[in-house]
Amino acid sequence: MSRDNILHKVRTALGRSAGQAVAPPPPVRLRIPEVPMEARIESFIARLEALAGKAVRVATMDDAREFVALAIAGKTAAASNAPYLAECGITGLPGVRSGIRDLGELREVCAEVDIGITSADYMLGDTGTLVTIASPAEARLMSLLPPAHMAVVPKERMLTGLDELFTLAPHPAEITSSMVLITGPSRTADIEQILVRGVHGPGNVTVVIVG
Amino acid sequence: MGNQISLFVTCMVDQLFPKVGMAMATVLERLGYRVDFPEEQTCCGQPAFNSGYRNEARIVARHFLKTFEASEKIVVPSGSCTAMITHHFADLFQKEPETLERVHAMEKKVYEFATFLTDVAGAEDVGARMQDVVTFHDGCHALRELGIRSAPRRLLAHVKGLELREMLPAEECCGFGGTFSVKFAELSGAMVRTKIDAILRTGANTVVSLDPSCLMQIQGGLSRAGSSVRTMHLAEVLASR
Amino acid sequence: MSVEFDQKIHTTLADANLQLAIYTATGRLKEKRIEAVSDAWLPDYQELRTQANAIKKHAIENLDHYLEEFERNVEARGGKVIYCKDATEVSDFVLSLAKERGSRLIVKSKSMTTEEVDLNERLEHHGLESVETDLGEYILQLAHEKPYHIVAPALHKTRYDVAEIFTRELHVANETVPEKQTLIAREVLREKFLHADIGISGANFLVADSGAVTLIENEGNARLTTSAPRIHIAVAGIEKVIPRAQDLAVFLKLLARSATGQLLSVYASFLSGARRPGEVDGPEEFYVVLLDNGRTKLLPDRSKRQSLYCIRCGACLNTCPVYRKIGGHSFPWVYSGPIGAIITPQFMGVSHEPGLPFASSLCGACGEVCPVKIDIPKVLLELRSDVKKSETREGQNRLEKLAFRIFAWVMTHPRVYELAGRMAGGMAPSGDGKWINSVPSPMNVGPLKEWLSQRDLPPTPSKSFREMWRAR
Repeated sequence: MSRDNILHKVRTALGRSAGQAVAPPPPVRLRIPEVPMEARIESFIARLEALAGKAVRVATMDDAREFVALAIAGKTAAASNAPYLAECGITGLPGVRSGIRDLGELREVCAEVDIGITSADYMLGDTGTLVTIASPAEARLMSLLPPAHMAVVPKERMLTGLDELFTLAPHPAEITSSMVLITGPSRTADIEQILVRGVHGPGNVTVVIVG
Repeated sequence: MGNQISLFVTCMVDQLFPKVGMAMATVLERLGYRVDFPEEQTCCGQPAFNSGYRNEARIVARHFLKTFEASEKIVVPSGSCTAMITHHFADLFQKEPETLERVHAMEKKVYEFATFLTDVAGAEDVGARMQDVVTFHDGCHALRELGIRSAPRRLLAHVKGLELREMLPAEECCGFGGTFSVKFAELSGAMVRTKIDAILRTGANTVVSLDPSCLMQIQGGLSRAGSSVRTMHLAEVLASR
Repeated sequence: MSVEFDQKIHTTLADANLQLAIYTATGRLKEKRIEAVSDAWLPDYQELRTQANAIKKHAIENLDHYLEEFERNVEARGGKVIYCKDATEVSDFVLSLAKERGSRLIVKSKSMTTEEVDLNERLEHHGLESVETDLGEYILQLAHEKPYHIVAPALHKTRYDVAEIFTRELHVANETVPEKQTLIAREVLREKFLHADIGISGANFLVADSGAVTLIENEGNARLTTSAPRIHIAVAGIEKVIPRAQDLAVFLKLLARSATGQLLSVYASFLSGARRPGEVDGPEEFYVVLLDNGRTKLLPDRSKRQSLYCIRCGACLNTCPVYRKIGGHSFPWVYSGPIGAIITPQFMGVSHEPGLPFASSLCGACGEVCPVKIDIPKVLLELRSDVKKSETREGQNRLEKLAFRIFAWVMTHPRVYELAGRMAGGMAPSGDGKWINSVPSPMNVGPLKEWLSQRDLPPTPSKSFREMWRAR
């Protein structure tokens, strides 16, 4: 079988034998910088806006709900099952489809609506990144199919960057089949290096930071 | 006291650009060094090494080691030849531990010319004077293998009457690459023409470099293009008074 | 070099529009990279490179161990790992799975590894529809062309080329505005995503401790490819393995910056298997194809095996003065640029294109920008030596070998060297101190002819340095 054949070739080439132990790998390198929360948020906003994403800061969950209500006025919207969105009253907004647990329905809704609303598990301040972990609460397609994506996230989830993320979540595979880092709107420069947004993923990304 | 220097002028300077070697000797003597020229010297072997002929390169390298065994310090007017000695001789003698030791000893006493002036002689102002507008071409071996960037610029900054303009883009290969220049002549020609565009954009009259091979490529291209821009080796600029 | 290689280079150099396209596109990427890794944006850039190199070195030197760990972790979560030794085994696997599941439509995200094994061609040959979803790759698929650049596949196409391709293949009205062209592709491909049975992706990294694949992209097509269809197959070379998820903190900081100058790619997906109980969407089946296809040939050489550290960022292409002139299609294989120049001879044998390791001025810019510190110039030099050894064995290029033997002899006999110098100086034109534009026909041969075809020759001085020195 190719498996044994290939592994055998690998071992022979490296001078190793089956089951041979390995020397320890280079130590994990994770350096979490000291960045106060306000600075993280400021950086996040600047980075995301530099990518033509939008970042808004609101003081309370009520403010978040009001912001979303205004944003979706005259448009169709769907929201994920994230408890935070329910807490903010966003899933209850008129015109927002939510509580979708059926795959067929999810695909149909996400393919049709103008805006997909999610929360996020973390945000990364140094790059303007949302971290979304697939779960019963957050489906993959909600932040992917609709042409606009809006994430409503409490500020406490703002991390400094990748190093902090992988310190807090060293084994994402243990909790999810999919962890996606989203940094701004979908884009391409494949034609004459001209930047075009919204190729396959959402061309419009808004993050509402609450608190 | 350690002010004896042996010149390794390189085969290219010896045969095609002898004035570069003379200028280098002049500058060193003005700084108080005593300069000798071991007559047995020929070449560092780079053409063979770069062409894949390691046995032949090894033979030439051994001759170099023998020729300069007795020298205290060796100064070279070429980044690529210096790098061949200090960075690639070791590749040739991995299987000969005794020769490898001699190579490591040699690595410590071979210096590219500009680096020698700034780092060993501690001299940035060598009393040179030249009224001109120049641009500096960083040869790739000097730049990336030897890490030379500021030394030649500091030296040029002290040449009275000299204005230095940097070219943009900077740090791009002139396209010489040894036998590459004739094996892939059209490509090499395209690369030097791009370099010349950058040179002409500076408005400089003179291109200065520490590598005679780059200068040969660039001057050849400038001349073919009918340009009056000239090339000079750093040693020649520093010897000017 | 082969006539074909020479011809392709010549054709590319002669195409002024193409020259401009390649030079400006790569120039932009080159400048953006420089900014993204500058002290202002990434102060520990050099340290990260060193760490990335160390991680890759360790992973490659213990590759069997990490492959098995990866496999165990994939299978622990219900996924399957399939080892394939070559292109045929990859397509056989996909075809048999497609047949079993009754699948006809496949969507694909960008993967150089699948280009390497001509996967689309093979699948199409067997009646499956396999659609590229990365915009650049989609355009090329419609045009029946191979990628021009590892990261920017359609670098050589203008908007007018794209308009022509779309009109011809998609039967749409002529559209030359890139934003609108993108929308056309988006609409067509959306339908494919939502109806495809199988999504095939590559993998930027295979994470051993997680049994996960990491996918880096900007468009969202990889996310859709791996989230919408019922089946996800990731195809990756065995060398893509890294030990730990936490190592991604190093690699993710380097990859996008090195490739395009972005701090992070728009999407980075960490996918570890089919959807979990409770998750609403995601594939039902997860397969990882681990491809050899000659990678095991690169492992034995302790120096050259560093060629396998490559994370396919394309930085070496963007900075290479040679690539920036001859472009991707001059290269004999799917991988172009400096990385292509070092892996192609190792995969295909040095005789496949003996000129390839020599198509470089050894400027070293590639090694300087490689995020995993592959010493590309060093490997090129080693390959040059391999080519010459092979030629000696085969009795080829005897004249050149003789010339260098003579060179070595002359250079170790100073009197002969001096005499040869004086003789050559005597024969060569003195040019009256001026650089020489041409030489008489009998002399205009070989290297002299090649030199003069592009630039003038230095005049021979009346005295060599050693003669001047003696006269002092």
